[in-house]
Amino acid sequence: MKRFVPVAVFAALLLLLGVGLSLRPGERPTALAGKPAPAFTLQRIGAPGQPFQSRQLEGKVWLLNVWASWCGPCRNEHPVLVDLARQNVAPIVGLNYTDNFDDSGKWLAEHGNPYLAAVFDGDGRVGMDWGVVGVPETFVIDKQGHIRLRHVGPVTQQVLRDKLLPLLKELQGA
Amino acid sequence: MIGELGSFALMLALGLALVLGTVPLAGAWRGRQDWIGLARPAAWALALFVTLSFGLLLTCFAQNDFSIRYVAAHSNSMLPLYYRLAGAWGGHEGSLLLWIQVLALWLAAVAHGSRRLPAEVAARVLAVMGLIAVGFLAFILFTSNPFERLLPAARDGGDLNPLLQDIGMIIHPPLLYMGYVGFSVAFAFAVAALLGGRLDAAWARWSRPWTLAAWAFLTLGIFMGSFWAYYELGWGGWWFWDAVENASFMPWLVGTALLHSLAVTEKRGAFRGWTVLLAILAFSLSLLGTFLVRSGVLSSVHAFASDPQRGLFILGFLAVVIGGALVLYTWRAPALGGGGTFSLWSRETLLLLNNVLLLAATAAVLLGTLYPLLLDALGMGKISVGPPYFDAVFAPLMLPVLALLAAGPFVAWKRDTWRALPASLRHAALAVLLAGLAASFGLGLGLLAAAGLALASWIALASSLHLWLRLGEGGSWRHRLLRQPASYWGMLAAHVGLAVFVAGVALVKSGESHVDASLRVGATVRAGELEYRFVAMERHDGPNYVAARGTFEVWQGTRRIAILQPEKRYYPVQQSPMTEAAIDRGWTRDLYLSLGEPAADGGWQVRIQHKPFVAWIWSGVLAIALGGFLAAFDRHYRVRRTAAQPISQLTSLEGVSA
Amino acid sequence: MRELAALMVLAAAAANCSAVEPQGAELEARVDRLAAELRCQVCDNQTIADSDAKLARDMKAVVREQLAAGRSEDDVIGFLSQRYGDYVLYKPPLRPSTWPLWFGPFVLLGAGLWLLWRTLKRQKGEQA
Repeated sequence: MKRFVPVAVFAALLLLLGVGLSLRPGERPTALAGKPAPAFTLQRIGAPGQPFQSRQLEGKVWLLNVWASWCGPCRNEHPVLVDLARQNVAPIVGLNYTDNFDDSGKWLAEHGNPYLAAVFDGDGRVGMDWGVVGVPETFVIDKQGHIRLRHVGPVTQQVLRDKLLPLLKELQGA
Repeated sequence: MIGELGSFALMLALGLALVLGTVPLAGAWRGRQDWIGLARPAAWALALFVTLSFGLLLTCFAQNDFSIRYVAAHSNSMLPLYYRLAGAWGGHEGSLLLWIQVLALWLAAVAHGSRRLPAEVAARVLAVMGLIAVGFLAFILFTSNPFERLLPAARDGGDLNPLLQDIGMIIHPPLLYMGYVGFSVAFAFAVAALLGGRLDAAWARWSRPWTLAAWAFLTLGIFMGSFWAYYELGWGGWWFWDAVENASFMPWLVGTALLHSLAVTEKRGAFRGWTVLLAILAFSLSLLGTFLVRSGVLSSVHAFASDPQRGLFILGFLAVVIGGALVLYTWRAPALGGGGTFSLWSRETLLLLNNVLLLAATAAVLLGTLYPLLLDALGMGKISVGPPYFDAVFAPLMLPVLALLAAGPFVAWKRDTWRALPASLRHAALAVLLAGLAASFGLGLGLLAAAGLALASWIALASSLHLWLRLGEGGSWRHRLLRQPASYWGMLAAHVGLAVFVAGVALVKSGESHVDASLRVGATVRAGELEYRFVAMERHDGPNYVAARGTFEVWQGTRRIAILQPEKRYYPVQQSPMTEAAIDRGWTRDLYLSLGEPAADGGWQVRIQHKPFVAWIWSGVLAIALGGFLAAFDRHYRVRRTAAQPISQLTSLEGVSA
Repeated sequence: MRELAALMVLAAAAANCSAVEPQGAELEARVDRLAAELRCQVCDNQTIADSDAKLARDMKAVVREQLAAGRSEDDVIGFLSQRYGDYVLYKPPLRPSTWPLWFGPFVLLGAGLWLLWRTLKRQKGEQA
């Protein structure tokens, strides 16, 4: 009976590797899925004296978009966000990640400001609380203040249509 | 034209491989001598066309033919010729062609060296290798053809990855592949034995030198990769338990077990089924490594561009080759028989113990490498398994191997008592134990480091003692030394090499230190008893890069002991920066200096590392490889062919012993 | 003479970037040890100790801050894995899902030794 062990083990290994091919090791879901969104209080860009507190959005469905003026893909996704803001589906808070205060202000002035509040996270610590690894990233937070989705990479019209809008609608209905 | 010729040569090779893989096998089965006789010529022809194809690819690189997509992706007109040629295996497609080229080399070697074997055995071995060639050639032709055209041709190439522009890059893959692919010979011998029903000591004697040579090459290949990473990657590490490193280490571990198992099968006809299984396992791990690196299943610094579709093809290939061999094993295992018996305390037992431990260690490496994939596949999240795991699990498993290995040569075959061990050996053991404890408490070395050092000295002492006893009396020194067979020197070199390696690792890990500083030109920093003076920073350009080169003087008191020139390079074509560390090597320590980022105030981030006894790591491994080669070329393997009995009839030892 | 003095002060100051008080050195050693166990989130398989990436440096800074503030290694590990998941840890945490990983090799060793023992015993039986 011992002689069947090698083939059996190999078959199991093949199965694992076959399944492994269909996975994508690069993709990483957020560690905070379903957990409370980390609270923060940060300075607003363009209005330094009035800090913004994330607690203000309790009870609402909202989006957090992580961006920076030095980030190319952020430039590409920005019109989509501006468009989304115009549709007034949910408020978007822009987290300006490890950037320069003046540069980001100029960038928003130049490319439009879809954000309810654009907040400045110069040292990236708030981003770290959210488990941000790069820009752009976009989070969806529900009425109970839990993170429901993280999208890594620019938000395209397709992402908006297929992923974000349906989820936003569902959460708002709840 | 050349590109098309290259593809055509591969197609011809595929046809030849199909013939080689089927006709001689059928001939051996049916007893048709003319079909059997086809094996050698087919093997030579296959090797010829593959070599032709590879040569044509090299020509494309030499001539900067950027109308070939692969050349355009991995070369550049500013790249020096030797790197252009090495670029042939800098990417997925070309490295596969290298793989099959190395297989061609081994085919030619086996075709030549198997003349003394019984014709059906040689035919089967070559045929199995031919079937493997079929798989790889098909893979290349249908999914990864390096000769694919790029039309319109690129004006200039995308350049070879700067990390790969180095002498180490030129020799590391060929050496590694010589090892990986070389295990296909042992595999072929195993499958041939299962097919033909002949599995005895003679079979072991035939496969041993091939296995030894492949194993020695693999040792060199792994060494080169580690050595290269050490000086090229800039942070002074030499082993990271990265998936690709593990992929080369696992066949090595199993190969080591196989070598020792083969010794037993040859001497006493024992362990037959187990040896065959190990031979299949070693090559399977080689193929698994090929799969892991190219399929995108695992992320790694040196994985090739991932492509799940290619991964599927390799997986299918794995299923056929390994699955087929294992099914064959399952079917034929009962007929393999037992072989010589041995008592509880005997060399056979110790070697079996060696095998169990090595296999457990291999399982640890395999488990650690694949576990993230397993959990992900089960939907249980993503984890990372890195050096902390491997260091914690691997070392304890290997320590007993070190302890046993020193005693092994003293123990007789079949039956011995441990009271028979020389008294001097027991004294040595005690001395080493005490020294180890002293080192641990006195020098403050960690437990693991002290154990490593103690075991290393144990091996060194025991091996010297064994040599001394073996040289014996009678005759001049020269005569006594020359009387020993090459295989004995091989064993000695490999075992002592391992001891040196372990000592080096223990000392580096426990004794290495580093200093980070931000320095401007003219400043000095102290690290231990040495003073590092930042003397100059100049611009220095290479053929395809620009660099900032710093000059540091290392002073010990009033004596300048070294000048180090680390660089920060920038390769414009690929737009990538690179750090070239400066190393002052020595037998007792390496001084390792690397530049970081320049600061806004004109200062440079500098990391100075002091690495004691790193050179022992390199020399130890080289000694191991040397041992393998010495043993492989022992005269005893080139004896005339002896008749071999079929499995079922074997009752006692057949063959020669040394 | 004053220039020479200034130069020496400068050299000493530059040297002082690395010359640290004992507790600082001990802190750095702890930071390095821990950083060698944490995975850079934007690299292809590197520790935050080895990586030059901005996020890796930020994470290393967080490690230093927290250890300096008196938190333990476990606290820091908990802090980072809460945000980045177990993926950030090169040393897989010991829990039921990783028991096969941590204990597997030793279980296999045990099984191998047991099989070996049985084989030897059986041989003895045949010899007798």
